[in-house]
Amino acid sequence: MTHLALSGISKHFGDFTAVRDFNLDVKKGEFVSFLGPSGCGKTTTLRMIAGFEIPSSGMISLEGADITDKAPNQRNVGMVFQSYALFPNMTVAQNIGFGLQVRKEKESAIKDRVKEMLSIIHMEDKANSFPYQLSGGQMQRVALARALAIRPEVLLLDEPLSALDAKIRVSLRAEIRSIQQKLGITAIYVTHDQEEALSLSDRIVVMNVGEMEQVGTPFEIYNFPTTRFVANFVGSLNTAEAEIVDPNKGTLIMDGARLESSGELKGRNKGDKIMIAIRPERLSFLSEGKKENVLDGKVENITFLGSVVRVDVTIGGRKFSMDTFNRPSLELPKIGETCKVTCSDKAVLILKE
Amino acid sequence: MSFLSRLRRFPFWGWFWLILGALYFILPLYATFAFSLSWDPADPFKAYERSFGDSRFWNSFLLSNILALATILASIILVVPTAYWIRLRLPQARRLVEFLTLMPFVVPAIILVFGMIRIYSTPFTIPFTDIVFMQPLTQFKAGTNILIVAGYMVLSMPYMYRSVDTGMRTVDIRTLTEAAQSLGASWFTIITRIILPNIRSALLSGALLTFAIVVGEVVLASFLGVNAFGPYLFLLGQHRAYEPAALSFVSFLLTWIAMGLIQLVTGGQGQAAGAH
Repeated sequence: MTHLALSGISKHFGDFTAVRDFNLDVKKGEFVSFLGPSGCGKTTTLRMIAGFEIPSSGMISLEGADITDKAPNQRNVGMVFQSYALFPNMTVAQNIGFGLQVRKEKESAIKDRVKEMLSIIHMEDKANSFPYQLSGGQMQRVALARALAIRPEVLLLDEPLSALDAKIRVSLRAEIRSIQQKLGITAIYVTHDQEEALSLSDRIVVMNVGEMEQVGTPFEIYNFPTTRFVANFVGSLNTAEAEIVDPNKGTLIMDGARLESSGELKGRNKGDKIMIAIRPERLSFLSEGKKENVLDGKVENITFLGSVVRVDVTIGGRKFSMDTFNRPSLELPKIGETCKVTCSDKAVLILKE
Repeated sequence: MSFLSRLRRFPFWGWFWLILGALYFILPLYATFAFSLSWDPADPFKAYERSFGDSRFWNSFLLSNILALATILASIILVVPTAYWIRLRLPQARRLVEFLTLMPFVVPAIILVFGMIRIYSTPFTIPFTDIVFMQPLTQFKAGTNILIVAGYMVLSMPYMYRSVDTGMRTVDIRTLTEAAQSLGASWFTIITRIILPNIRSALLSGALLTFAIVVGEVVLASFLGVNAFGPYLFLLGQHRAYEPAALSFVSFLLTWIAMGLIQLVTGGQGQAAGAH
């Protein structure tokens, strides 16, 4: 059943449209990420759910009740901010208990909940510390505990890890996911970091210039991007123009080379120009016996990236990147040598413009 | 380290300007204090004894303190929500409000008090009728006290507003407000439990400046006929030599005590420690 529903949401600031016709149904306990570049409208959408912005049109409902025009303090929505937003005049325990005090809960209940939250974030020893005595990671954990203490219907996280260093970011994102799953809380997470979105989410909403580009599981978003923007924004990608030879069989011609694709070509005709995309890791050097999707190339550059080796190959005047696992037995051609590169028909993605 | 290299590292000019600045402030104070003790060599504190023995001193000083407290309270009630709302929702109005708060520097207190007397010395009638809505404020004591507090609020506005505004600049008001709202807090809770405690030292600075202005103010009190400390000190200075010096020194001392209290209350730390 739908827990949070956004129906036809748009937001205009004067002549500027920040969000256009946003539709999304979120199930209870689901972790959904809004992923996109700066200015794509993801934070504005989150702020509309929180009640800090009122949609220009559309409706937001929570558990079936319309909350579109409700004040932020009447929505029971917890929020974690990029800048932590801990109250500097309060200790960690007071910060966590603030929402409960505002709700006039019993002192003993507040104490118990604060204790529980401190244990969840493993900061029992910091209950009496002030925010300025904590590290960035600790402050964000307190902010998370504070938002969770009120048992919100939805937890909103606005780029909560952006201000932290890489190592803490990785450990904290795992902690956020584990706490969210443990409490079974519905969460909406805003980020421009694809790795964060892919590793945390049940579903990802990829956004661009105020519109939803694609909604899907991390697996679908990464492996089957439907638009050129999504394909380029999530992971590395080789894109090229191709011409349809047989729309029924999925046969294409790219720079004179014949390619087979299992992608959707319904409604397309022979001779139509389309954009195709191939992930670098889906390309490999030719193994014996393979006949389809064999492309002649020339090795331009080889870069070692630790566990992966990236080989840049020119195919018909177009540069393609190819990733292969780095292992001691790996044999690679030399720079300048010719080679044969191949991929499966499933690896050749057909993109919508 | 040799003596010469130590000498070279000594911040001579820094200390020179610091001492010069300190002398500029301390010498007149010392001169006033020394003069106040010179009335009777046999009894150096005679000026103080005489001043403290005068009931008019205590009455005027007490009244000025009450007026100062009332002004501070009313200013906080007016200025804090105004500055907060401008920072949060009306940033485009900031320049206009800043300009308005500077008006007391442009319009002298004498003009302010004459304007007040002119407007508030006639009864208020309901427009187009002869029905008297309110008696002239200048005709009764409480009315005059309300007028003088309002006048003091105007005079202290530049200091109070700027102190509060600067205090708010050091705290991320918008995000803290949104965080509190998402936790269910009302506007009243946000202002009293989040905003005020986080601009505490800015408020105290503004309050101290307001206190100093009110206690030493002469023009408004004289023309509105309020027996405050300022006019008392002024009159005393016209007829006596040593007591005004003693009372000036006491005023300085009180200001310093107030500053010390601020340091004590704020623990010497910025109000926004840990704010992001």
